[in-house]
Amino acid sequence: MDLVLAKAMPEDKANAERAADNVFAAARGRLPGVGRIADIRARAFEAYERVGLPHRRVEEWKYTDLRVLMRDVLLLADTPDASALRRAQAAVQQAAFKGAIKLVLVDGVFVPSLSDVAKLGKGVIVRTLREVLESSASDAMAGLVLSTTADAMISLNTAMATDGVVVTITEGTALRRPLHVIHVATASAASHFTRSYLHLDDRAQGTVLESFVAAESAGGYQANNVKIVLVGNQAGLSHLRVRADAPDAANISSEIIAVGSRAKLNLFDMARGGAVSRYQDFITLAGKEAELSMNGVNLLMEKQHADTTLVVDHAAPHCVSRQNFRAVADGAGRSVFQGRIIARPDAQKTDAKMTMRVLLLSDQAEADNKPELEIFADDVNCSHGATSGGLDESLLFYLGARGLSENDAQALLIRAFLGEAIEGIANDNLRDFATAQTDHWLKARR
Amino acid sequence: MPLLEVRNLHVCVEGREILHGLDLTVNAGEAHAIMGPNGSGKSTLGHVITGKPGYQVTAGQILFKGEDLLALAPDQRAAKGIFLAFQYPVEIPGVTTMNFLRTALNAQRKARGQSGYSTPHFLKKARTVAKQLNIPQSMLKRGVNVGFSGGEKKRNEILQMALFEPSMCILDEIDSGLDIDALRIVAEGINAMRSQDRSMIMITHYQRLLNYVVPDVVNVMSKGRVVKSGDKQLALELEASGYAQFENAA
Ligand SMILES: Nc1ncnc2c1ncn2[C@@H]1O[C@H](COP(=O)(O)OP(=O)(O)OP(=O)(O)O)[C@@H](O)[C@H]1O
Ligand SMILES: [Mg+2]
Repeated sequence: MDLVLAKAMPEDKANAERAADNVFAAARGRLPGVGRIADIRARAFEAYERVGLPHRRVEEWKYTDLRVLMRDVLLLADTPDASALRRAQAAVQQAAFKGAIKLVLVDGVFVPSLSDVAKLGKGVIVRTLREVLESSASDAMAGLVLSTTADAMISLNTAMATDGVVVTITEGTALRRPLHVIHVATASAASHFTRSYLHLDDRAQGTVLESFVAAESAGGYQANNVKIVLVGNQAGLSHLRVRADAPDAANISSEIIAVGSRAKLNLFDMARGGAVSRYQDFITLAGKEAELSMNGVNLLMEKQHADTTLVVDHAAPHCVSRQNFRAVADGAGRSVFQGRIIARPDAQKTDAKMTMRVLLLSDQAEADNKPELEIFADDVNCSHGATSGGLDESLLFYLGARGLSENDAQALLIRAFLGEAIEGIANDNLRDFATAQTDHWLKARR
Repeated sequence: MPLLEVRNLHVCVEGREILHGLDLTVNAGEAHAIMGPNGSGKSTLGHVITGKPGYQVTAGQILFKGEDLLALAPDQRAAKGIFLAFQYPVEIPGVTTMNFLRTALNAQRKARGQSGYSTPHFLKKARTVAKQLNIPQSMLKRGVNVGFSGGEKKRNEILQMALFEPSMCILDEIDSGLDIDALRIVAEGINAMRSQDRSMIMITHYQRLLNYVVPDVVNVMSKGRVVKSGDKQLALELEASGYAQFENAA
């Protein structure tokens, strides 16, 4: 417990705690898993309660004070009924990536009727978290809900996760069609918690997309999701995430990823919605010669707040990591980038590079960039750079003098700016998908 | 009615007056040269005609086909047919030259109520013009002016002029940085575009461009005003005797 804070605002803190306590107590009957799993949940909730929502005096959350931005944790959304599913279906159709196998979670509950489980090919196994936790072997599955970090929002997720997808791509399997995990929010002013697993066995190859969308008229919800990803030796994963939440929603996304030797991970994340969003990613390059290419963009307007926090942990020698992140902040948008590269003593010949750039489109827009290096090996090549600034007036005039309206000129320059990150998406179709998402945002900006 | 008429133009930058009552009349079909010492306000005039922000017009008028230009945004002026070849063309990383040209051309056409060019139609047109100006296809695939040599940037400006077909072309030191062959190619490009209803203003320091593109009127600028206008002979006199005789006139 933070005593200083407790003294400073005793009532708020007490209210927040009571609300959070109610949240867990009220949800308990709906949370899958008994015995050891129920114990883990209870302990995770205690761990969460001890610290409460992260605030500015928690170093990792210094720029994203959830006590201010989220105030408290809302009650768990109801299990979606028929009308909620109908609204979800429309949102799924809009969000779906062409040709992909859909795995749909509505308000934190897996919905088989909106998913394409029957179309899964050989070598890929998809179960729901609920199914796994309720199965007889659930004790062995307890590890699925064990937190591996001390982060309060991950602890809260451990306690509250109602469902998720547990995906295994077996050894040597090359996924023929991409998987698309689509999270749809239909309930307003409620929370949902999902936890998913993605395990690529050795030499497996696959493309997995993940989208967060709101059904029509859904707003003010809080999405908290955790994903644990294991990329086996010599495996290859392309992973693209798009968070297109309702403008007044909160999305706290956490990923814990381990990459095996000679494996390749190509990751891309985008936020183009939500009042508050945090993408925190803890990646360990665990096997030698692993390659990580990770890019992303955050698109902000009005009072939106987007935080991308990355920890890239080089734990093995000869690994390469490249990160290229961009944010565009209009209105009173606030962009936060925190990026830490760690090179452990064993991680000789680490080659790591991280770049973050923010484009500020208005005087009220703000950017906080915090790059960090923690180097414990002596033979490494690590660098990072962070910049922020506005559009170049002389370029805008040149484009204007060539006939482009101010808005079109800005859009062209914004696309070029974002292109530097989007180019990092290896797959052409995925890149087009990401570009179309930025076009959405640019249109909404007009 | 003149195509372009600048009347008693006073312009300030950051509170300091740079143009002090400039007059200039360009009739349709005429080619004008503007010559004058460094800092006399030649580029400023080009910028104010095309609407660059940061200049305050404190008095005077700019009329294009009788219409007040000062009320229009730069893109509206471009759509009406005003074009400036920049003294220092900017680099735009991440925007390919082809994409830029097509976006700009179609934006102008749309503003005039014309239909946009289809991709194949546009490509054909752009390639033809590029070839005439000796611009390799590979340059069109690169970012706008990114890594272009000084001369390549200037040729890219002429390429745009040829594509957009403006009626008022202002060429700010289009001859600077060009080698002997490039100067000839660019001059041929300009001459090919001369017509009864298209006018040129060539801002230049040197006679050699004017040997190729023979001006109807030569204007001398000094200290923010046009201090003398004459025929092509005037440029030759300047080449021989410099600007000293005009310093006092200003
Ligand atoms: N943005 C600005 N801020 C301050 N001063 C400016 C600005 N733009 C132009 N000036 C000043 O106005 C004067 C005229 O500049 P301009 O560029 O128009 O000259 P020019 O005749 O084109 O010169 P050159 O032959 O060297 O190209 C110069 O003294 C210049 O320093
Ligand atoms: Mg000049």
